[in-house]
Amino acid sequence: MSGTGIDPAPGEATLSRAGRWIGASVPRREDPRLLTGRGRFVDDLDRVGLLHCAFVRSSVAAAGVEHLDLAATRNVDGVVAAYSAADLALGELTAILERPEFTVTSMPILAGDRVRYVGEPLAIVVAEDAYAAEDGVDAALVDYRPGTAITTMDQALEAGAQQVHAELIENTVLDLEPFSDPHIGAVFDAAACVAEVDVRTGRQNATPLEPRGCLAEWDARDEQLVVHVSTQVPHQVRTAIARCLRLPERSVRVIVPDVGGGFGLKCVVGREEVAAAAVALRLRRPVKWIEDRRDSLTASFHARQQAYRARAAFDADGRILALEADVRCDVGAYSVFPFTSGVEPLMAATELPGVYRVPRYHVRARGIATNKAPTAPYRGVSRPQIVLVMERLMERAARELHLDALDLRRVNLIEEFPYTGINGITYDPGSYRASLDLCEQQLRDEGWYDRRAQPTADGTVLGIGYACFNERTGYGTEAFSQRKMTVVPGYDIAGVRMDSDGTVSLTTGTSSHGQGHETTLAQVAADQLGLPPTAIKVRQGDTDLVTYGWGTFGSRSAAIGGGAVHLAAGRLGDKVRIVAAHLLDAEAADIELVDGQARHRDQPERSLSLAAVAEIAYLRAHRLPKGVDPGLTAEAAFDVLTSGTFSNATHGVVAALDPATGQAQILRYFVVEDCGVVINPRIVDGQVRGGVAQGIAGALFEEIRYDEQGQPTTSTLIDYLVPTATEIPVIDIMHLETPCTFTETGAKGMGEGGTIGAPAAVLNAVNDALRGTGVELDSVPIRPDAVHRALGGNS
Amino acid sequence: MKDLQLITLTVNGTEHELVVESRRTLADVLRHDLGYTGTHLGCEHGICGACTVLIDGSPARACLTFGVQADGCSISTVEGLASDGELSDLQRAFSERHALQCGFCTPGFLMLAEAYLAEYPNPSTEEVREVVAANLCRCTGYQGIVEAISDVARSRRESR
Amino acid sequence: MKPAPFTYHRAHDVRGAVESLHELGEDAKLIAGGQSLVAMMNFRLARPSALIDVNRIDALRYLRRDGEGLRIGALTTHHTVESSGSTAALAGFGVLSHAARWIGHYPIRTRGTIGGSIAHADSTAEWCLLAVLLDAQIVVRGQVGERSVAAADFFHGFLTTALEPEEMIVEILFPRPAPHAALSEFAQRKGDFAIVAAAVDLDVEDGVCSAGRIALGGVDAVPIRVPEAESLLQGAPATAETFRAAADAAAAAVEPGSDAHGDADYRRGLARTLIERACAQAIAV
Repeated sequence: MSGTGIDPAPGEATLSRAGRWIGASVPRREDPRLLTGRGRFVDDLDRVGLLHCAFVRSSVAAAGVEHLDLAATRNVDGVVAAYSAADLALGELTAILERPEFTVTSMPILAGDRVRYVGEPLAIVVAEDAYAAEDGVDAALVDYRPGTAITTMDQALEAGAQQVHAELIENTVLDLEPFSDPHIGAVFDAAACVAEVDVRTGRQNATPLEPRGCLAEWDARDEQLVVHVSTQVPHQVRTAIARCLRLPERSVRVIVPDVGGGFGLKCVVGREEVAAAAVALRLRRPVKWIEDRRDSLTASFHARQQAYRARAAFDADGRILALEADVRCDVGAYSVFPFTSGVEPLMAATELPGVYRVPRYHVRARGIATNKAPTAPYRGVSRPQIVLVMERLMERAARELHLDALDLRRVNLIEEFPYTGINGITYDPGSYRASLDLCEQQLRDEGWYDRRAQPTADGTVLGIGYACFNERTGYGTEAFSQRKMTVVPGYDIAGVRMDSDGTVSLTTGTSSHGQGHETTLAQVAADQLGLPPTAIKVRQGDTDLVTYGWGTFGSRSAAIGGGAVHLAAGRLGDKVRIVAAHLLDAEAADIELVDGQARHRDQPERSLSLAAVAEIAYLRAHRLPKGVDPGLTAEAAFDVLTSGTFSNATHGVVAALDPATGQAQILRYFVVEDCGVVINPRIVDGQVRGGVAQGIAGALFEEIRYDEQGQPTTSTLIDYLVPTATEIPVIDIMHLETPCTFTETGAKGMGEGGTIGAPAAVLNAVNDALRGTGVELDSVPIRPDAVHRALGGNS
Repeated sequence: MKDLQLITLTVNGTEHELVVESRRTLADVLRHDLGYTGTHLGCEHGICGACTVLIDGSPARACLTFGVQADGCSISTVEGLASDGELSDLQRAFSERHALQCGFCTPGFLMLAEAYLAEYPNPSTEEVREVVAANLCRCTGYQGIVEAISDVARSRRESR
Repeated sequence: MKPAPFTYHRAHDVRGAVESLHELGEDAKLIAGGQSLVAMMNFRLARPSALIDVNRIDALRYLRRDGEGLRIGALTTHHTVESSGSTAALAGFGVLSHAARWIGHYPIRTRGTIGGSIAHADSTAEWCLLAVLLDAQIVVRGQVGERSVAAADFFHGFLTTALEPEEMIVEILFPRPAPHAALSEFAQRKGDFAIVAAAVDLDVEDGVCSAGRIALGGVDAVPIRVPEAESLLQGAPATAETFRAAADAAAAAVEPGSDAHGDADYRRGLARTLIERACAQAIAV
């Protein structure tokens, strides 16, 4: 490594106004290394004798594999080895929902006699460098027996359609009616108003800037296959590798280096990661796989391609009487481990009512297999869609009932908490109504309603749109168990150790990949231990270091991981107090930990530094009180035992449509947000803004497309339009605080909300601008040509 | 037969002489042959800009240049921004404005901004936004990046 | 996404580059800024057996004015053109430095060259469009010497040109100033290749167009002129009504294809809009 060998200090940290570290905009511990190019991402790792691999991938969407010939590949200059599925004979990844409505299918690590999407891995090529590995891929010969590619859900459901897996019927992986109401039709028949929508949302790729990758190596001394993986879920990767390679779990160690974004795409196990690990074991040489962008866009994981037919019945005052929906999710070719291909339909069916009181509810949700890349959870998981569906229903009903669309929402918003909905979910307190009122007030105060009413100088048309929503976070074991996965995430475990000089290391089962947990979890522990966060080093993402963890996804880390840290640090603090009390000849209950000191609450001059206490605990253990073990360590698990905790927000958007080009430009984006106690305001704001940007991307820009043969047509970032700084507006945020009563810190999760609310808010703003055209758009992404057409072009 | 070339690269002031295969991109040469792993590869087709470095002071995508083409050139990478243990004003501003989350795109944005501010010391916020649009960030929504670069432009202007 | 192997050859002058093209055969390719070529090579969509690097031929980096017009050396970067707007060489050619700002992004413009862009021949590329609009001559050198090809004859189809395998572009000659010219384009993301691009060049005196030229990209495999619309500008007042009529005529005359970015009608609409916008900018100059 070249460079100057510096280790710059982060900026100064100060306590929050409440005198706590929780709530303070502490500078990020992560920043200095990332800003100086000294982060350690997986492709930054190097080893003597390192081999590089690349994959022979299917060039067709659906086919039998007649013959795979790797002879020429093995003769390519620099190629060390090449293996087919038969050569490696690995176990398969099988992600199961224990529900009768779910059909189990398996995902082989390498495809054998059948391929199911373009990009599916067929063989792994190992070479001296990444260039030669690709040369080897080029030389592989595959004979296919072409089948019919199923590229749309409509096609998948046609009678007599080719089945993506032989086990499937009607290509349906999951078909559930979790909330059934056979007489709901009568409510619709009698209602004053029935609003209906037909919504389609585009397929997306989460597009972390760092694609996936891993480096696997056999450690002969520890008898372990050590796999460095860019993942959100280290322990689950360990399980998958152990199972597929038929190794004991202790013989696999997964280490997560710095991760360049995940957004859900890295919370499932990649086939390539398992294959690379298998090859490293077989060759007893370090092997690296770094996914390239084309493979990431076409052959990693997708999400979001869904179709809804939904209707809601309203009384004349705008009160929702009933809600009915048919949901179809295009889940692609395989069920991914551990979350399964059921995650989108399950989420959609369970959470559709959202922030509104819905007395009657009937829903059917299906996961439909197609010959496209498999789907993984992506930031928000179905909630961007269900919020869009509900918010379009609200707008449509308001129009038909001649009511103000925001007043109609107010009539229906949940206002009394806790509220148990018809979907069986109990919603903890939030600020649903206040967030809407404040958001509207802000846009009124800024004069947007006046501007909307005036013609613009440049001929654009302004529209204002809102989305009201909540975001279930902190899914504990109980909430996850409802899904009936065979592995049930939920709790998390934290460990804290104070060494003999008083410095503290913290381990967490969560796995930060941009969220700044090295900073926020240190803040949580700091308040418990009377130390500044800079004195606490957070360690994560190593299955040998952490007892067990579920990683970072589903906005769980602050709520659940933070809870475990709070408890573990509290336990350690208790032990420190016992030792200090003994040394100070006081009662433990009278000792407080402040500013690195253990001191008597009423006589602060009676104090010891934590370093002095720690020294006794390790190096002069004979001075410990009787019955107290040497060392200063603590571990704690934390779980949420309810439905979870709900953050909430209202997004307000002003969009300008250019009739001449159909372009929608966002002029104003305002968020009123409530995620309970904010641990670090700077980081929370960053999560909201980044989330909104991804939501805008889904509303206006990004769509993974395939042609009729199942060939991906968006395999570059030239075609897949990740928005840049000129497409994403300034996003202003107002915070409300309704603390969670059961997460130890009062924090709710909030990593996904920005993404959840944005598509609906943007779509509503666009439709508001289209008022008077007779056109309403209910699907995303909103294409400029569609807006152009709606506005009558430039005629 | 590999087509090998002997080249000289001066990276952040340090001269390196090495043999590279002709097809090796400058990004791979910097990262894997010389260990400057702060330069990241996010797309290898010139869109994301994570690999942006300066070649003889001018910003360039290191994925769209072969190492051999840079023979004899002076390359600046993110590793050269801080000096004597002090973050540069730009690096500090990125931290203060929370212009990074996962940090993968960050080196590219820093080098882009470094080149831009050297050539255009008085940009408007809109001009900064336009230049920031050269690279992709998936985490931040760009606001912090635009603010950080604008802050630095302002403070450098005031201290001149 | 690593390129296939090739041999690397560095040219120090045009003669050397052309000789290398001859020696290395048809699969050899010149590399200038490489901003399109290397991306295609990384995808292995382009697999030249040899690359001849012409970047060290500093003699081809110039913007020069003489009696025949403005000469731009083939290796002049987009960014050089962009930042030379106020130089004497570009007097009357402000459209070139303005148009350069539409090309990709800053770090692309500092590497990419005008000659490379013309040789790549993307139908929506700014230089291709302006070359066609302004009746540029593409000066190319081969084994037997130099020849000039009118831009109108240079672009043959999707990414194909009149360039022979053993020739290289050395200069673009813009024969006449274009003080009332402008380019406008539309893409969903700024900096992307345009869905449709329009460029206009008006001869205006006392509020009347004596003549006008209109070029469109993204409506055909190559950038095209629209004589049906240009004729409406001839002798007409330089007003919004005239421009609208010309834009309408152009939209009616073109036969764009459909793709994921939009169907033919949408592209026609964009062509109409962008021509009007370019005309408005052109007379505002």
